[in-house]
Amino acid sequence: MNKISVIIKREYITRVRKKSFIIMTILAPLLMASIIIVPTLLMMNQSGEFKKIAVIEDKSDLFKGVIKNTKDAEFVYLENTKLEDLKKSFETAGYYGILYISPEIINTPNAVQLISKQQPPIGLLQYIENSLKNEIERQKLLAYKIENLNEIMKNIETNVSIQTIKIDSTGAVKTTSTGIAMGLAYILGFLMYMLVFIFGAQVMRGVIEEKTSRVVEVIISSVKPVQLMMGKIIGIALVGLTQFMIWIFLTLAIVTVLKSTILQKTNITEIAQVAPQNMMTTNNVSAASTAQTAEVSPQLAEFSKMFDSAMNQPWGLIIIAFIFYFATGYLLYASVFAAIGSAVDNETETQQFMLPVTIPIILALMVAMGTMQNPESSLSFWCSMIPLTSPIVMMARIPFGVPYWQIAVSMVVMLITFAFFVWMAAKVYRTGILMYGKKTSWKEMWKWLRYSG
Amino acid sequence: MALFEAKNVTKQFRNQLALDDVSISVPEQCIYGLLGPNGAGKTTLIRIINQITGPDTGELFLNGRKLKPDDVQLIGYLPEERGLYKKMKVGEQAVYLAQLKGLSKAEAMKRLKYWFKKLDIIDWWDKKVEELSKGMQQKIQFVTTVLHEPKLIIFDEPFTGFDPVNTNTIKKEILFLRERGATIIFSTHNMESVEELCDNITLINKAKTILEGSVDEIRSRWAANEYDIVFDGDVKIEGNGHYNILNQEKDNNKSIIRLKTTGDTSNNEILQTVMKSGNLISFNPALPSMNEIFIRVVEARN
Repeated sequence: MNKISVIIKREYITRVRKKSFIIMTILAPLLMASIIIVPTLLMMNQSGEFKKIAVIEDKSDLFKGVIKNTKDAEFVYLENTKLEDLKKSFETAGYYGILYISPEIINTPNAVQLISKQQPPIGLLQYIENSLKNEIERQKLLAYKIENLNEIMKNIETNVSIQTIKIDSTGAVKTTSTGIAMGLAYILGFLMYMLVFIFGAQVMRGVIEEKTSRVVEVIISSVKPVQLMMGKIIGIALVGLTQFMIWIFLTLAIVTVLKSTILQKTNITEIAQVAPQNMMTTNNVSAASTAQTAEVSPQLAEFSKMFDSAMNQPWGLIIIAFIFYFATGYLLYASVFAAIGSAVDNETETQQFMLPVTIPIILALMVAMGTMQNPESSLSFWCSMIPLTSPIVMMARIPFGVPYWQIAVSMVVMLITFAFFVWMAAKVYRTGILMYGKKTSWKEMWKWLRYSG
Repeated sequence: MALFEAKNVTKQFRNQLALDDVSISVPEQCIYGLLGPNGAGKTTLIRIINQITGPDTGELFLNGRKLKPDDVQLIGYLPEERGLYKKMKVGEQAVYLAQLKGLSKAEAMKRLKYWFKKLDIIDWWDKKVEELSKGMQQKIQFVTTVLHEPKLIIFDEPFTGFDPVNTNTIKKEILFLRERGATIIFSTHNMESVEELCDNITLINKAKTILEGSVDEIRSRWAANEYDIVFDGDVKIEGNGHYNILNQEKDNNKSIIRLKTTGDTSNNEILQTVMKSGNLISFNPALPSMNEIFIRVVEARN
């Protein structure tokens, strides 16, 4: 055992000191943060400016004064102005853009155009759309000549947004949010895939390096081959975990710092709007949060609702499950990678082995995507049990709630399978590291399995 | 007492019999040569001794006890193909390898500093292995092999690729290690070094032992009553009833004559006779070189 820890230390320290590790560790959270922050800043910059918009209606004045000014935008209804004329001069006249409403608007929704130099913020567009839509509906209703229409309209105006509540077996209620669950599923699944692959490949490269530089023979005159293999696998796992921890820490730090400085001045809801739009392409979340207009309190309530439901995810379970599945999934794949590395003489020969190893992982990722839409499908169920795909798929299912017995079964199967794979890989590894010049193939490696050495 | 013994070792690889009932017995503090043509089975035997692979049949004994996994700490191994992590620093790597052999980090550091100063390579401590030349790397690897003061040290072709100066250094260090109590096995094609260093040898060919024993004894065994006589100037000798002249040549104002005696004529008698022919410079029994013996034995078997 002692010798394995010497090996683990060496594998860990040599990799953590490398410049590439340090750069990746610092760079990745910066990139992640900027993917979220920069578009937000851009959007906010735009919407922060006060926009004056000229409204031109063709051949009627149905919408005069309909669109109300907000704190970000003023709508100036211009009568008797031709669109073509204003197009050339609107900027110098101080207008951000021209809203052109053609007479077909009642029947054709896209008979409205917003002409501007810059891409208008989504919030502005939706505000205009909503205003026009409400007015058109109001007009249509009026045509029915209902009595006291205005009174009735005021009374029925409501804001609806569904609050999802899950009841667990004890009857306790927890608020959840589908958006958050989906986001989490996506992140966890993808993270698992990346970690297994990146660090599994590092194991393989390390094995090949030792083989080609012939240092492996010196080492296995001092330790057993399986000790070297496991030392390397565990050492690299620790590198992965370290990088992961630093990432989380750095990302949180950056986001917190930014939140408290730059973003404090502006609408928190902008971030709630933009961030999910950048990370997911689902419509649910963005629709829910942009349904309201420039009122502050419902939006804050929306955001805190999201925050609450984020907090109400079973974090304990998620963290434990993630660590378990990462450990076993990585160990399984890393030992396969080690076996492959021992069978080849250089990195190019590994190509032929990559495809069969990659397929289960990609499959798992695809099923995980499907799980987000349909967490209860039987495909998701089975893939969360089958050991090659379960790390990714089960992690994608957990945010949506999984019965404990299923998790337990999945974990037990995973434990047995990973132990089996490690055992097989160690046998192949032991023979492969001393063999040079053999034609490498799965068949060859199978022969080494039977070879007792 | 034999420090190390291998008894009836057989090893079969899938297509090839590598060792066929091979036995060796290495006395303590002996320098033991493992000789043989390429592909004879030497490296396989060495790997078995180092417990890198196991024999199909046969037993190995260290200090009279059966060889066990922990014994790797008592054995040092310098493989034929030198191998070090290229991108790791020299000092750090040497400490790592020593730790794998069971030394504590502190002890390893202490000993490394001693050896590095001794071999005058202390400047290389912080360099990456890939920055050094092949000869330098081999020096480093030599140090890592002996650092944990093993009782049994195994060198697989230790002189390959060394220039004469470094070869000489390694030879001196091998003798020095023996003086300090180590027993040494080395495999080589360099027959000159065998004559210089080895006490005992085993010659393996095609998986079998074909010659073994002490070097002196073997050479005597193959000696054929031949003598080399060197005279000053130009001297010619005729054969007589006691000896035949095999070869005469002139070289740099010296005459070199090889004669073979018939029967039991003593050295003194031969000397007395040839002395009359001129100014004698040297008179030596012409023991066959190990090189000659090697070639003769291997070719005879083939």
